[in-house]
Amino acid sequence: MSLLSVRDLTVKFAMRDQTVTALNGISFDLAKGERLGIVGESGAGKSITGFSLMNLLSRPGYIDTGKILFEGEDVVQMNDKRLRNLRGNRMAMIFQDPMVTLNPVLTIGQQMIETLMAHRKLSHEEARQIAIVKLREVYIPSPEERLEQYPHELSGGMRQRIIIAIALLLDPQLIIADEPTTALDVTIQADIMELMLELCQSNQVGLILITHDLGVVSQMTERTLVMYAGRIIESGRTREIINDPQHPYTQGLINALPQQTVPGQRLKQIPGNMPGLASIPAGCAFNPRCKYATDLCRSRVPEAVHYGGVEVACHEVQRLNSDEDRQEARA
Amino acid sequence: MSDAKTDRPLLEIKNLEKRFDLDQGFLETLKFKQGKIVRESRSVHAVNNISLEARKGEALCVVGESGCGKSTVARLVAGLLTPSAGEIHYGGQRIDNLPRAGMQPLRKKIQMIFQNPYASLNPRMTIRQALEEPVRHHYPNASAAEVRDKVTEVMLSVGVDPSWAKRYPHEFSGGQRQRIAIARALTVDPEFIIADEPISALDVSIQAQVLNLMLEAKESRGLTYLFITHDLSVVEHFGTRVAVLYLGSVCEVADTATLFSSPKHPYTRALLSAVPQLKDDRPNHIRLKGEIPTPINLPKGCPFQSRCAFADARCKSEKPKAIHQPDGSMVACHAVEEDRLDAVAAG
Amino acid sequence: MSTETLNPKSEPSRWSKIWNSNMGYSFRRNPVAVVSMIVFLLIALASFLAPLIAPYDPYDPAQIDIMNSEYPPAWVSGSLPEFVLGTDDQGRDLWSTILYGTRLSLLIGICAVALQAFLGISIGLIAGYVGGRLDSLLMRLADIQLSFSTLMVAIIFLAVTQAMFGTDTFNKYAVVFLIAVIGVAEWPQYARTVRATVLAEKKKEYVDSARVLGFGPMRIMVRHILPNSLSPIFVISTVQVANAIISEASLSFLGLGMPPSQPSLGSLISSGFDYIFSGSWWITAIPGVVLVVLVLVINLLGDWMRDVLNPKLYKG
Ligand SMILES: Nc1ncnc2c1ncn2[C@@H]1O[C@H](COP(=O)(O)OP(=O)(O)OP(=O)(O)O)[C@@H](O)[C@H]1O
Ligand SMILES: Nc1ncnc2c1ncn2[C@@H]1O[C@H](COP(=O)(O)OP(=O)(O)O)[C@@H](O)[C@H]1O
Ligand code: SF4
Ligand code: SF4
Ligand SMILES: [Mg+2]
Ligand SMILES: [Mg+2]
Repeated sequence: MSLLSVRDLTVKFAMRDQTVTALNGISFDLAKGERLGIVGESGAGKSITGFSLMNLLSRPGYIDTGKILFEGEDVVQMNDKRLRNLRGNRMAMIFQDPMVTLNPVLTIGQQMIETLMAHRKLSHEEARQIAIVKLREVYIPSPEERLEQYPHELSGGMRQRIIIAIALLLDPQLIIADEPTTALDVTIQADIMELMLELCQSNQVGLILITHDLGVVSQMTERTLVMYAGRIIESGRTREIINDPQHPYTQGLINALPQQTVPGQRLKQIPGNMPGLASIPAGCAFNPRCKYATDLCRSRVPEAVHYGGVEVACHEVQRLNSDEDRQEARA
Repeated sequence: MSDAKTDRPLLEIKNLEKRFDLDQGFLETLKFKQGKIVRESRSVHAVNNISLEARKGEALCVVGESGCGKSTVARLVAGLLTPSAGEIHYGGQRIDNLPRAGMQPLRKKIQMIFQNPYASLNPRMTIRQALEEPVRHHYPNASAAEVRDKVTEVMLSVGVDPSWAKRYPHEFSGGQRQRIAIARALTVDPEFIIADEPISALDVSIQAQVLNLMLEAKESRGLTYLFITHDLSVVEHFGTRVAVLYLGSVCEVADTATLFSSPKHPYTRALLSAVPQLKDDRPNHIRLKGEIPTPINLPKGCPFQSRCAFADARCKSEKPKAIHQPDGSMVACHAVEEDRLDAVAAG
Repeated sequence: MSTETLNPKSEPSRWSKIWNSNMGYSFRRNPVAVVSMIVFLLIALASFLAPLIAPYDPYDPAQIDIMNSEYPPAWVSGSLPEFVLGTDDQGRDLWSTILYGTRLSLLIGICAVALQAFLGISIGLIAGYVGGRLDSLLMRLADIQLSFSTLMVAIIFLAVTQAMFGTDTFNKYAVVFLIAVIGVAEWPQYARTVRATVLAEKKKEYVDSARVLGFGPMRIMVRHILPNSLSPIFVISTVQVANAIISEASLSFLGLGMPPSQPSLGSLISSGFDYIFSGSWWITAIPGVVLVVLVLVINLLGDWMRDVLNPKLYKG
């Protein structure tokens, strides 16, 4: 049985004059210990997906339809008590900005020990010992001293490690990390990624990594979902998606990277912008920006089909494969 | 004489330094130490003795991690900050100590594009007002029709639809705003553009649009760029030369191709190895140990010593000087100078 | 924010833009704000149309008959039907006098606030933009000014001028003196708020961008920073108008403001106060109610505006 199974998840926002759909029929599975990447540009609905999985959406957002089965139990139907037990305990979340997660007026130790004692029957000293062990696991030097420090006394990389340690405190089954390294420098990002990879592999913890950086997804995850305007448009093994993307948007995204073009030449840009939620085009949401769009694309939403090793939601995927741009994308 | 002049780089930065005083006001500088009250002020050493030059038509990129002084260099060159020491020359003229009036002719030549397109346009001005204002200011004798024509021409050249003119910035997306900001800088026909992380607030597909636009402007208008970024793949694509900064000091300056094919400074090597690769899933990333010092208490000697695997006693006491390498790059590292870097790596 | 729909649409009118804006929406949704606005507009309109509405002209001695003094309002026995709200001690029709008095109070309040705003905004802009020593100097001045309460400064100033020019001259120019003293006493409120917003705005990149384009400090302050600092100025202005009206009323009540011959709300309340124990309560009570309602609705509008524009700005 898979650890997490999301079926037809639809999330809406009740706005002032209309209700907009932020997620539209999202379905995916995650096996125990599997690492899944969610990529897409800003506004695609990546963070909303992460929040929904923990049932953390707050007004005006709400889960309209769908199931989120975590270890067989539907998160959408859980009462507050079950949810508290789920959050932090079995599922943990890491955010982009460490200063938002850490309370600036409490020491690292107070925050870690309180979290532990809230969920487990432990004495203060036992909790402290566990906190020290966890800090060691994330390579924090001299953890005993760090427990007495306040978040602002630590560097960005160190804070993000502590967030990871807190996420791991209660040995969760699944970690949802929303852009965990975006605020960090490349050298520190590389450290944190290595650390997360190592911890997930050795503890058999599932990981959902939300990011806009294809390089990060490529190095961290086994499977990838590509999102556009609230839908999953392509999913499959990360290697397949990076090396042989099928959806025109995924192709465009990869081809737009500077690495994919000879220095000094024009980059292969995608024209236009991601639509706002209130103005998602009919049919395939990507059609105004897609050079393969047909009349069918403008009227009907494409279903996900299995093609070339991945699931892809595009009407024209077969025609594309004979197109010469396609050959170029593969090269 | 005239020969020597044409040979000079367009922009020369000589031994530039910038410190920001942390303790402002008299009372804050008083500290209690060992039973005595002493006056002591701390300062951030944001830029330390940097020398760089950019020739006409070049795109000089400055890379480095957050807080290493990239933006400070950009703002110094743009005249938004005054240096604590050192000189900046533009077209053979010293510009860092010019009064506001003396700066006016240069304001047309040197323009700047900012990181955050959400903050760099005045929210209360329509696009037309924002674009016409600089033209009116610098060409006070231009007629209304001339101003309008100039603005329309620039708008078309950067892909800003002239029908946007009546709208306000909040009605546009980040990429569109960045286009408008670029258009604004181009209305005065500059020859040198300082771009401080112009694409890092944008999405991947939009980054490509804006980068293309900047490349086009470079070719069609013969622009010279000082391009600040932390994204090495953008540097490789856009830059002709690169300067790598660490804690306010230059580690390495080289032609882009040289830097990416044979990086020499230990920090440059670590930086290059840390970039997440798209296709290669077994990266051999050089792990940096140790803490990053703050620019408040700069260590004596090499700024990189606390994280460098090759640091020795000399590194701790003597700051390395930039030394010319056979392939034309400049590297500030004792290990490179002593040629012990590759020996250790091999051994 | 739909950015794809770039086709030229018919431009919506200014009013429908305001009506559909965030502010218009929250206004429609807030009954307190709507009622306050209606009451305020009624009071303001009635008072500014006083010469047309009022049955009598209280400034015209020919229309005043001392024999008519102290008639009670229409609903109390012993009243005269032509004086709906009764008459005051000098025989003036109270309804007409209140209309004229409210007009004077509002005028003094608004003009005094305009003066405060002019001084405070200029000083705040300069202090915030230039910074350094000048900033410290101006802000210390503001602190000193604030440490004397408005009433104290006003009482001293008005008492001295009254003594200097004599009561007759003073009464002639009372409006000007009141506006000047209330205007000068409260500028630091504006200066501080404006300085704080300028400090925040100054850090934004559009100001750097203007500097790189070579614009002078005057242009940057007035054309770029000031328009972006307006929301707190609006909020504080409402509160300040209410405060200025109260200050004026207090000063007039103390006999340092408008003379009884040109009554404002404050001097009306004051002149009626002497008769309150002789049973003529209405001369004080009715203008008092008008004053309270006026100040209350202005403050309620200010509260609403503060919540909409920025909940973090300027409380109190
Ligand atoms: N006005 C200031 N007052 C005090 N310190 C400052 C000021 N401006 C910059 N600094 C400090 O100078 C150093 C260099 O800053 P700078 O903004 O140039 O970094 P950067 O390389 O652009 O970083 P980022 O990528 O985060 O923008 C930093 O340590 C910063 O905190
Ligand atoms: N509180 C909210 N109210 C209305 N819309 C929201 C809210 N939060 C997010 N959205 C919208 O939902 C969409 C997806 O957002 P998000 O998941 O945060 O995107 P990202 O992929 O950048 O993480 C965006 O269009 C965003 O504007
Ligand atoms: S469905 Fe049509 S519009 Fe959408 S991506 Fe495929 S070809 Fe393009
Ligand atoms: S000078 Fe020394 S510490 Fe600095 S980079 Fe070279 S080897 Fe490392
Ligand atoms: Mg997000
Ligand atoms: Mg910067």
